[in-house]
Amino acid sequence: MKPAFIKVPERVKRGEVFPVKVLIRHPMETGHRRDRVGAPIPRDIIHSFRADYDGDVVFRMELFPGIAANPYLEFRTVATRTGTLTCRWEDDAGGRHSQSVTITVE
Amino acid sequence: MTHQRYSRRWFAGVVGVAAAGIAHAGVGGGGFALPEVMSDQAVKAISELLAGRTPQHGRVRLEIPKLAENGLSVPLAVEVESPMTAKDHVRTVHIVSPANPIATVARVHFTPRSGRAFLSTRIRLADSQRVLAFAEMSDGSVWAGDASVVVTLGGCLDPVL
Repeated sequence: MKPAFIKVPERVKRGEVFPVKVLIRHPMETGHRRDRVGAPIPRDIIHSFRADYDGDVVFRMELFPGIAANPYLEFRTVATRTGTLTCRWEDDAGGRHSQSVTITVE
Repeated sequence: MTHQRYSRRWFAGVVGVAAAGIAHAGVGGGGFALPEVMSDQAVKAISELLAGRTPQHGRVRLEIPKLAENGLSVPLAVEVESPMTAKDHVRTVHIVSPANPIATVARVHFTPRSGRAFLSTRIRLADSQRVLAFAEMSDGSVWAGDASVVVTLGGCLDPVL
């Protein structure tokens, strides 16, 4: 998988609930489509996503073919301490991607 | 696609039980009415996630534009009212689009460290429909909300490669 985009506020206050916006490029092939010669195109979607921060999973999601291509997710988490927030994606083809950002807590 | 119509008795039962639950719990809301006509797979998906529990109407705010010109990518936001404490939080939110070939669109898992039970994403919609969101709480109760959307060009008319 290609690098993702993760956007978080530059600084957050301890205890603040802040937004995390993530976008990754992926066709999210549903498995319902056929190619030009009529052969079915196999399903290949990102089926799971999780975000870890300060020792815990803070958000987790199971995705299905009803999620649009290049899945964009925005969620919230509570600022605890300065550290890394790691996002992980996993697709049907066995592809995995992991990417981190630093959360700076004042 | 085959469709199953809920019997009047089944439906009255669902609403009745929900109303009784509300009266007992003393919280706002009321019974949540499921779409009357749904495909078998949508009925199956919903009954599996409910696992015999009755959804109450409320606490779940689902936002989708009223009109989507392109079903391939429709913005969706869902937020559930909850203090998100260790004792009282939202565990899972199920997003269901009954008119899609696969009704389950997403299962979103929260913890108290999520701070808020909120998700914004973009979904595919095959047709105009009432999109549903069910929230499972840490106390075992299930709350539901919905949003109706008119889709001009369905996401299943996706052109071949």
